[in-house]
Amino acid sequence: MWQQMVDELPRFLSYYNLLFFAKALGVTFALSAIGCIVGFTLGFVLAAVRLSTRPALLPVRIGVQLVTELFRRIPFLVTLMLVFFIFQGLNADLSMFTVALISVCLIATAFIAEIVRSGMESVHQNQWDAAITLNFSYLQMLRLVIVPQAWKIILPPAFGFFVLFIKDTALASQIGVVELAFAGKTMNNKGFSATLVYGTVLVLYFMLSYPLARFGKYLEARLAPTRNR
Amino acid sequence: MPQLEIVDLKANYGAHTVLERINLSVEKGEIVSLIGPSGSGKSTLLRVLMGLLPPIGGEVRIDGQALDYRNRAQLRRIRSEMAIVFQQYNLFQNMTVLENVTVAPVKVKGRPRKEVEAYAIELLEKVGMGAKLGAYPDQLSGGQQQRVAIARALALQPAILLLDEVTAALDPELVNEVLDTVRLLAADGMTMFIVSHEMGFVREVSSKVVFMDAGHVVEVGGPRDLFDCPQEARTREFVGKILRH
Amino acid sequence: MQFDFTPVLDRLPYLIAGAWLSLQIAFLAFAFGMLIGLVGASIRAYGPNWARRVVGVYVVFFTNTPQLIQIFFIFFALPDAGVVLSPYQAVLIGMTLNAGAYLTEIQRAGFESVRRPELEAAETMGFSRIQTVRYVILPHIVRVLFPALSNQYILMTLGTSMAAVFGVEELTGRAYNINSETFRSIEVFSVAAVLYIVITLIATLSLAFVGKRFFRAKMRWF
Repeated sequence: MWQQMVDELPRFLSYYNLLFFAKALGVTFALSAIGCIVGFTLGFVLAAVRLSTRPALLPVRIGVQLVTELFRRIPFLVTLMLVFFIFQGLNADLSMFTVALISVCLIATAFIAEIVRSGMESVHQNQWDAAITLNFSYLQMLRLVIVPQAWKIILPPAFGFFVLFIKDTALASQIGVVELAFAGKTMNNKGFSATLVYGTVLVLYFMLSYPLARFGKYLEARLAPTRNR
Repeated sequence: MPQLEIVDLKANYGAHTVLERINLSVEKGEIVSLIGPSGSGKSTLLRVLMGLLPPIGGEVRIDGQALDYRNRAQLRRIRSEMAIVFQQYNLFQNMTVLENVTVAPVKVKGRPRKEVEAYAIELLEKVGMGAKLGAYPDQLSGGQQQRVAIARALALQPAILLLDEVTAALDPELVNEVLDTVRLLAADGMTMFIVSHEMGFVREVSSKVVFMDAGHVVEVGGPRDLFDCPQEARTREFVGKILRH
Repeated sequence: MQFDFTPVLDRLPYLIAGAWLSLQIAFLAFAFGMLIGLVGASIRAYGPNWARRVVGVYVVFFTNTPQLIQIFFIFFALPDAGVVLSPYQAVLIGMTLNAGAYLTEIQRAGFESVRRPELEAAETMGFSRIQTVRYVILPHIVRVLFPALSNQYILMTLGTSMAAVFGVEELTGRAYNINSETFRSIEVFSVAAVLYIVITLIATLSLAFVGKRFFRAKMRWF
């Protein structure tokens, strides 16, 4: 087995193959990063809606709660299939990357909205009270008082989610998106030994995930100590 | 005409009635103190006045005009006429002392920053915090934070100031600096509604003392009258207990 | 779009049986993973340095690579070394090893959360070593860990869905089958989604109940 791997190595590490893997790595990273950025933005909006108290918004709040709970309880693969077939049914001509991206954004939004909401709720009630009695509008409260204090609590788990998410994108290979897992399958189909191919893929994912995970731990350590009353 | 009138006020917390048949009137410049055992509803009354807890019965009037606590525009008006200082100071942790005092007039009322800052500095110097404009709340002692909270409430130029047990969370040696500030405001003629345990202070500074128990007003009287010869049995019991030490 | 749920609903028992298989896989992987976690966490907390490093590498590697690829490797690469596994076996082993890594970390946090003052109190009250473990350490660890472990279990239940990629006939796999038979794609995957929501809800609520009632753990109902 080892002999076979060593023999294949030069062919495996050809310029074209390396480029192929590099592009696939880029796609993996793009899916996770864009997913998380969109997730963060929409997540904030959803969390803000969830925490507002306007009676008029009650149906919206319930809707938001429902949607976030839903997407957190459905496996990535099933969400992917649903998005894929819904768009197919709508006769939309979307690239597989777009379909995967939409799925990714939906899931990320649901999870991050929960993280953001939890972070904002953890800001002490007396800060909300003070802002209310000073006549702050809801948006002013969030912008000037709550978010500046909540982001330190939100960032570590949100970043942790990002790291987790990179691994979830591997499932996008199932609809043919040319990300890292798909690249592995392709190379295996081309005849390279599975050990070599999947071993490489594992290493590549590791190289993507580990530094970010370490950075996440560093963030957590840096942001944790400032615990106020 | 009294500046503030509370008529038959009733409030609930869930199924539990926390305030009932509250009737009070406050003239301009008067200092009304609320005393009573824990859970008697004193702080709750202040919270209801500020709209943090909606009343379910009765009426509150300012200068003769009834206030509608369910109307958002009215709530804003209420909160510009009355300001509250909390027991836990509730300063914004992410802002400096100066920013805490200026944020509401500038961002909420839209007044020009320079003007607000000048006034804020004046207020902070009045409460003795003029040297700590750039400090953050977690760098200050409890007494200092409370004084900033008072300045912050005053920055909105309210007609009536509500003080909710403002010394209860402080170490004993810091209580006096805050009480001195309140004395200053009293001398300036600010209409105030004070909830406090500091009986000596209450007796000294109030024009009227209200004894509350179990969500009701039990007795109202001048400070000397209420403490020296209370009319009601419950008042007598309470006053007896607190004056013993 | 025309929706026709009948072919899917006709096959509902088939799908529910698939859901049951998903739960079994998750349970087995979790149970074995807990054993690995217990051993791993113990080594990390009390073991010799070289063993600690080995466990460290294991944890770091399995938590920074996707479970899907781990199973790919086990299923496609191990045969090169002579180890041929069925899809079910590969999925189970992969999920177990993956879970083991996360559970090692979770349990390690539990071990480290035992507070010195409690141990000292137990000592001064005359508890033996074993009694301290039984009455002070274990209840505390279980209470602290229960929420994290429950969460991990729910995540794993959702994670079983990738077994479909290897042809295992758990819920998602069966949804795939029905899809190729009836082409009622949106319908079948919606029903599968609903089933996943139902089983995770049942799991979350039961775990929250057990956690609160028996361990006084801090659980969220949702």
